[in-house]
Amino acid sequence: MIKKIESKNFDIKDSHILEVARKNGRYSSLKKLFSMSSEDVLEAVDKSGLRGKGGGGAQTGGKWKLIPNPSQKPTYLIVNADESEPGTFKDRQILEFDPHLLIEGIICSSYAIKSHHAYIYIRGEYVFWAKRLQAAIDEAYNAKILGENVLGYDYKLDITLHRGAGAYICGEKSALVESLEGKRGHPRLKPQQKEPEWFFGCPSVVNNVETIASVPFIVEDGFEAYRAFGTQKSPGTMLFGMSGHVQKPGIYEMQFGESMSEFINRIGGGVKDGKKLKAIIPGGSSTHVLRADEIEDITLDYESLRAHGSSLGTGGMILMDESVFMPDVVKNLFEFYHHESCGQCTPCREGVGWSDKLMGKILDGHGTKKDLQTLIDLSFILNGKTICVFAPSVAYIIDSYIGKFKDEFYSLVK
Amino acid sequence: MSWQFSEKNEKKFQELLKRYPKKDSLTLPCLWMIQYQDGWICEDAMKYLAKKLDMSPMDIYSIASFYSMFHLKPVGKYNIQVCKTLSCQLRGSQSIKKHIENRLGIKAGETTEDMKFTITEVECLGSCGTAPCVCINDDYIQNSTPEMIDEIIGKLK
Ligand SMILES: Cc1cc2nc3c(=O)[nH]c(=O)nc-3n(C[C@H](O)[C@H](O)[C@H](O)COP(=O)(O)O)c2cc1C
Ligand code: SF4
Ligand code: FES
Repeated sequence: MIKKIESKNFDIKDSHILEVARKNGRYSSLKKLFSMSSEDVLEAVDKSGLRGKGGGGAQTGGKWKLIPNPSQKPTYLIVNADESEPGTFKDRQILEFDPHLLIEGIICSSYAIKSHHAYIYIRGEYVFWAKRLQAAIDEAYNAKILGENVLGYDYKLDITLHRGAGAYICGEKSALVESLEGKRGHPRLKPQQKEPEWFFGCPSVVNNVETIASVPFIVEDGFEAYRAFGTQKSPGTMLFGMSGHVQKPGIYEMQFGESMSEFINRIGGGVKDGKKLKAIIPGGSSTHVLRADEIEDITLDYESLRAHGSSLGTGGMILMDESVFMPDVVKNLFEFYHHESCGQCTPCREGVGWSDKLMGKILDGHGTKKDLQTLIDLSFILNGKTICVFAPSVAYIIDSYIGKFKDEFYSLVK
Repeated sequence: MSWQFSEKNEKKFQELLKRYPKKDSLTLPCLWMIQYQDGWICEDAMKYLAKKLDMSPMDIYSIASFYSMFHLKPVGKYNIQVCKTLSCQLRGSQSIKKHIENRLGIKAGETTEDMKFTITEVECLGSCGTAPCVCINDDYIQNSTPEMIDEIIGKLK
């Protein structure tokens, strides 16, 4: 079941050190890369069907094609290492065990979009991982893998690591760019038609760490090789995670399309302490919760989860056993969203705080049926009326938890 | 205005200037440098930074106050951050928090009188697979237990 493309070197001792990394295949795609034109590389990535692994699952090739070619202005690759979605801890495995894979991916990707400077935006708390990545970047500069002439080829590339400072919303791509421009991390209004991101007015792409780390394989082995894994619409592999009440929490690379319950039981060892599974959040806290009885036919790909009324998200699953009381879970999540709202949109700023307060009141035993109804009504105000999809995520929490575990919520109110 | 970058930070600042299309990008890196230099970010330092980046002190304040990791008031020498988000809660973060509170005699959000320890509740640290997670200053303590915390706190001077 486990398929290792991105995580191939994770178990090798000292694989984060350049010498070891090189011995195990790192930077071996670059020879082929520079024998191809930028356009051919972009085409290969497009044909591979590679989808963004930061949560949205957007087509990577399609996104890169939004960059004007030729571009009058400099272009930039911005790597999203903000990793703050509750339940998600996969990018850091790459940063910890194979940072040179990310650098190699950045070289391939930057070359494809004709960029000569890439920025990696890493969450502020990841100090250990930032140091590790910076050490790898320094090694790469010293070995002339980065800088004026990448490995002696006629291509210049710089990589700059930029540290965030504790704001979940900076993971949203436009907020991330705002933050990289030195401002508050406020998501930008989205244009009507598809456009690249604009970093100081220059066309740029924002991609997740894992997305970029998938590119060297596609360059070296070809898009067909990548498509040999996964499903037609969700090709390749992904680093899936399990946390919460699971026997063996962790990150496991799987090809798309495998059975979710087998993944949990065979790879994750099932629910912790032999208890019964009650519910699962499939891909980070912003995805709709699933009841244990709903997961039987789910496979791990974008389409299957969508068909079951949820989404694949970041692939970071949170398992909850029978002892968990859902209103407590909702309160916990509301506190998170309340704390992290950037505050630009009134429905979000006020609505999330209000939801949190109401839930607190209900849990304290002072709530009425009317309060619960107000909470359900708030979902309407939060959905589809704000600058970014942060507020709709909160609406999904209200809808899916109260919808699926109604009795638990109504048991609390008079 | 007497606040200024240490020599080392000034050098770093000059190097960073070359790495961005505009110096506006330097707000976060500079706020970090200030915080590592002093342990927190005081008003004088924000005024100093505003001048350096051609911004108003109000701009700098508004940015610094947006990010939860920047301390605009002094904090304890050791900031003990306990993750309170779902995966950690499911694995016992509440009892870890209570244990630390009892041991230090303060509540989350407070600092000991000798300014040695602060307890902060934080949101998901990206360590859900090794929950419960506690972070002391820059260091993660994963799969944390009361015994581990006791041992580490006991060694902190
Ligand atoms: C509220 C919010 C938080 C997000 N946080 C992250 C994050 O921490 N890391 C990430 O890679 N993408 C995050 N995203 C998705 C990004 O906006 C963006 O789609 C992604 O980085 C694009 O990369 P990809 O296409 O390679 O997935 C977030 C989106 C939203 C709306
Ligand atoms: S929806 Fe919330 S987080 Fe998103 S821009 Fe509006 S206020 Fe900010
Ligand atoms: S929930 Fe605590 S680290 Fe993610």
